[in-house]
Amino acid sequence: MQEHLLSIILFTPLLGVLVLMFLPRSQKTLVRLWANISAAAGLLVSIPLIVNFNRNADGMQFVERMDWIPSMGVQYLIGVDGISVLMVMLTTIMGFLAIFSSWDAVKDREKEYYAMFLIQQTGMIGVFISMDFLLFYVFWEMVLVPMYFIIGVWGGPRKLYAAIKFFLYTLAGGVMMLLGILTLYFVHFGQTGRYTFEIAELMKLNMPLGLQQWVFWAFFLGFAVKVPMFPFHTWLPDAHTEAPTAGSVILAAVLLKMGTYGFLRFSLPLLPKASSDHTIVTVLATLSIIGILYGAFVSLMQKDWKKLVAYSSVSHLGFCTLGIFALNQAGIAGSVIQQINHGISTGMLFLVVGVIYERRHTREISEYGGLAHVMPNYAIVFAIAMLSSAGLPLLNGFVGEFTILQGAFDANKTWAAFAVLGVIFGAAYLLWLYQRTMLGEVTNEKNKGLPDLNWREWAVFLPLILWAISIGVYPKPYFDILEKPVAQIVHRVHQTANTEAAIR
Amino acid sequence: MNFLDLIWLIPILPLCGAALMLLFGRKLSKAVVSIICPGSVLASFILSLGAVIQLAGLKERTHQVVLFTWLPQLHADFGYLLDPLSSVMILVVTGIGFLIHVYATGYMAHEHGPRHGGYYRFFGYLNLFVFFMLTLVLANNYPLLFVGWEGVGLCSYLLIGFYFHKKSAGDAGKKAFIVNRIGDAGFILGMFFLFQVTGSLRFTEVTDALRSARFGPEVTHFGILSLTALLLFIGATGKSAQLPLYVWLPDAMEGPTPVSALIHAATMVTAGVYMCARSNALFALTPETSHIVAAVGACTAIFAASIGLVQNDIKRVLAYSTVSQLGYMFLAVGVGAYWVGVFHLYTHAFFKALLFLGAGSVIHAMSGEQDMRNMGGLRNKIPITFGTMFIASLAIAGIPGLAGFFSKDEILWQTWSSPELGSKVLWVVGFLTALMTAFYMWRLMFMTFFGEPRMDEKTKHHIHESPKTMTIPLMVLAGGSVVAGWIGMPKVFGENGFMQGLEHWLAPVFESGREVAHAAVEHGAAAQHDTTMEWVLMGVSIGAALSGIFLARHIYLRMKAEDRPTGGFIYPVLLNKWYVDELYDFLFVNGLSKGGGTLMAKFDTNVIDGGVNGTAWLTRMVSRISMWYDTWIVDGLVNLTAFTVRALSFPVRFLQTGFLQSYALVFIAGVLGIFGYFWWGR
Repeated sequence: MQEHLLSIILFTPLLGVLVLMFLPRSQKTLVRLWANISAAAGLLVSIPLIVNFNRNADGMQFVERMDWIPSMGVQYLIGVDGISVLMVMLTTIMGFLAIFSSWDAVKDREKEYYAMFLIQQTGMIGVFISMDFLLFYVFWEMVLVPMYFIIGVWGGPRKLYAAIKFFLYTLAGGVMMLLGILTLYFVHFGQTGRYTFEIAELMKLNMPLGLQQWVFWAFFLGFAVKVPMFPFHTWLPDAHTEAPTAGSVILAAVLLKMGTYGFLRFSLPLLPKASSDHTIVTVLATLSIIGILYGAFVSLMQKDWKKLVAYSSVSHLGFCTLGIFALNQAGIAGSVIQQINHGISTGMLFLVVGVIYERRHTREISEYGGLAHVMPNYAIVFAIAMLSSAGLPLLNGFVGEFTILQGAFDANKTWAAFAVLGVIFGAAYLLWLYQRTMLGEVTNEKNKGLPDLNWREWAVFLPLILWAISIGVYPKPYFDILEKPVAQIVHRVHQTANTEAAIR
Repeated sequence: MNFLDLIWLIPILPLCGAALMLLFGRKLSKAVVSIICPGSVLASFILSLGAVIQLAGLKERTHQVVLFTWLPQLHADFGYLLDPLSSVMILVVTGIGFLIHVYATGYMAHEHGPRHGGYYRFFGYLNLFVFFMLTLVLANNYPLLFVGWEGVGLCSYLLIGFYFHKKSAGDAGKKAFIVNRIGDAGFILGMFFLFQVTGSLRFTEVTDALRSARFGPEVTHFGILSLTALLLFIGATGKSAQLPLYVWLPDAMEGPTPVSALIHAATMVTAGVYMCARSNALFALTPETSHIVAAVGACTAIFAASIGLVQNDIKRVLAYSTVSQLGYMFLAVGVGAYWVGVFHLYTHAFFKALLFLGAGSVIHAMSGEQDMRNMGGLRNKIPITFGTMFIASLAIAGIPGLAGFFSKDEILWQTWSSPELGSKVLWVVGFLTALMTAFYMWRLMFMTFFGEPRMDEKTKHHIHESPKTMTIPLMVLAGGSVVAGWIGMPKVFGENGFMQGLEHWLAPVFESGREVAHAAVEHGAAAQHDTTMEWVLMGVSIGAALSGIFLARHIYLRMKAEDRPTGGFIYPVLLNKWYVDELYDFLFVNGLSKGGGTLMAKFDTNVIDGGVNGTAWLTRMVSRISMWYDTWIVDGLVNLTAFTVRALSFPVRFLQTGFLQSYALVFIAGVLGIFGYFWWGR
């Protein structure tokens, strides 16, 4: 059981799909129920992972290795370190909540809808546990397809535009990444005479800075589109706005993290020289800071509630990438924690929009106002989500943001000075949104008599709220689990940089 | 019972109250709420009192309790520190906090929020505030202090916006939060610098490091320590409403009056002063920044007082007065008299809380009216409110014997005499502020309580003294406004353990800090106590207080309204608060934020997304061209070949018609042709 734990986690959702396919389409409740059971099972089987994970051990754990395409040196090689474990947990939890939250929201083609979500679930988990680069790439592209359909079939009015934009954008980045992967693959063959995609093997390569830089930019295009980093972000507002609520939640909470995870798992360890190259670091940090401020400014002026939240993601992910390219313990650990935090708080914000969208079928901010009178519990939940997103201490957002800022400060004080301004504007757009939607008198007749949260909505929000508070008050377990893997990355990047300097 | 190890309970108890209210408050009756919430603060007060008494018995007067690690990267724990400074603060917060809670049970009894049951929500927020405020003052490190710092800001936001159906309340709450965040940005950077310089963010370790030989004072240059101190001070200007970030505090008066008293007068807004006093070891090394602090404090003091001179809303006058008094506290901190800053913080908490609660009682009696032009002659109708406010107004004006006199006089004296940091110019500013303070306070008193009643008949008929839950806290605070200053008397009055009790009590926190500064500066020998000068200055400031009061009396009691001096062009400037709000709106709200936001949103849709859509368009264009090429060139070639063949075969085509008759015809024609050729040709 233990030795195949990761495979079980990986394929449980897919198993659910298999059964789902044989369920009669007309039995809607049965279909929903089964999808929920599958997602819940996916969450349950991932619990032993976090329980049995040894945070004091170096390297990968729960490793499973099998040949897949021996002639090409492709393996089914999966394993987890502290970073992966957190990402897998984020995926299984958010995946379950997303499916659970769709119960009332989705009323056509349920079977296909849930199948897409479950397939996507497997793809996302696969991305976070693959230790073979080609396997990773397969999962990476596998995620793309269900999301394309989720947006394109169950989305809003401009769903086709958004879905195609999302697909092409990400695919283009992915292809560039594949080029980078193949470069490493052939360079490795050239140096050792053996074909392999195994990351641990590829890490042993000795590549000159120039080549590393080319590969870095190839990876960059793949990951930066996914994150998304400025200026590759414009697919995000459209995709988020048009996607159904659960799609937005998964997109924000997990899919975007594939990009940041890619930087951490591949760019930094595989290309340490390029990753610590002054020009590259400066460019990446600058793009991150632009993302932080730009995302906040653009959020400020949005008239569409969901689009505002989408742009806030650009700002928050800017913090995550800034932390990564601070290239120190605080920055990277903060970044991973912030990735989880963003999943929680932005996930909540999208769910908040979803709740009102289901009742009123509009996302225009000007349609609302004074909702706190008619939906007091909803107002409380939204307030907590907002404060968590704005980085209020004792809620999750602060821990990540503050640690990233510390890392950025250690790396370069100017970065910190600019990034800290994001703290101000983050509060500004959120508070203004809250005021325009929740406070004041109820001016729109249609908003009178809206029902407050029902038990199912509570059941989605409550775990997220508790999670947010627990990270805010006691983040130490997260820092502990991240200590080793982050130290390894930092060590690797700096060690190469130092040897390089010594040789010069 | 060992209270010292229980200090973590002091903030936790109000938190429990808050949690109870916010989770189950809807089901609780008002009576239960009125017992639980003030009760939890009272319990904290008792615990604080016990802990402080036990602290006094210790040789080394610091005690730390660490609960668990919070942010490992910054070595920040959930740890509490009780020392002389935090003990003063927790007593003020819980003591005055309790009185205000009691008062609020009366004040809010008829105040429903916008939703039914605003009562429990109000007390939930208020208890939550006390929790965060106690976290702020009991924290043993900067990040945890920052938790309280942000938390009180949140509660302030929630309570300012308590009447959230009013747009002005929502606006004011948002403004408070965002302006505070600007200061917070400075504070965050300041903490990182401090961590880098000293290697720790625990107060004790930071202080020890800064007082060690590793650091010398930055006397002649503006170095990293000065920058650190300045960044922390920027944080303080946000929370403690100093220039240029004071603008949120007057608007914060949208909140219910007990909130104004507790948060926006007695406790939260003094957090910046506390933080600077807590960082005294740092400020002692940075005379450059200290000068800035003193100058900002003095400027804020006189600036806010000038606006207070002409405001007509009773709470607004008090709000500007608070800003002005906070300026005094920073003046004290800036001239290196840290204990005096804390002293004024402590006396101010009594008389300003009292003034706000008194104003609340007036508003209560006046059926919600806040404009002093519609008041007058209230002193006989609400005698307890009048009597207690009378004492507070004397105290804040600086009449000898009352609390405000001792602390304000000490600030002015230190400003004059402090060896390295003192300044005669700033003394003049402080002196003028004292004059203005006496004037605007007594203008308030005369307009409200004296003269002819100016309210309408209905309101007049309804005027009544407030219930006991409100008047008893007023009386207790009045008592405090009288005696609170007695533990900080000037040394010229005689020296003994009681009369300078506060200075001695706080000495371990501050004294060594000053020694460092003194030792480092060559001419820093302890200032000679120039007793004659001190008496003279004291006399001058008493004179200022009295003349302010008499001037107010002359203008607002003796003169008829139409005879009063108009003040010319300066009056509208003051009435409109120097147009600072308009300027900020223009520059930052509409200019930077909305303008910049709009611009960038346009950039996003037109340029970046334009680029993306442009690429898509280009792709489509290219594919259209290739389609054209395909249709016309590639396919064209193929078709051309076909065409050529067809064209070339045009004449021949007629030959192959497939009709046997045609072939036969051609055949016969051919035969005839051949025959003809031979026949005729030869």
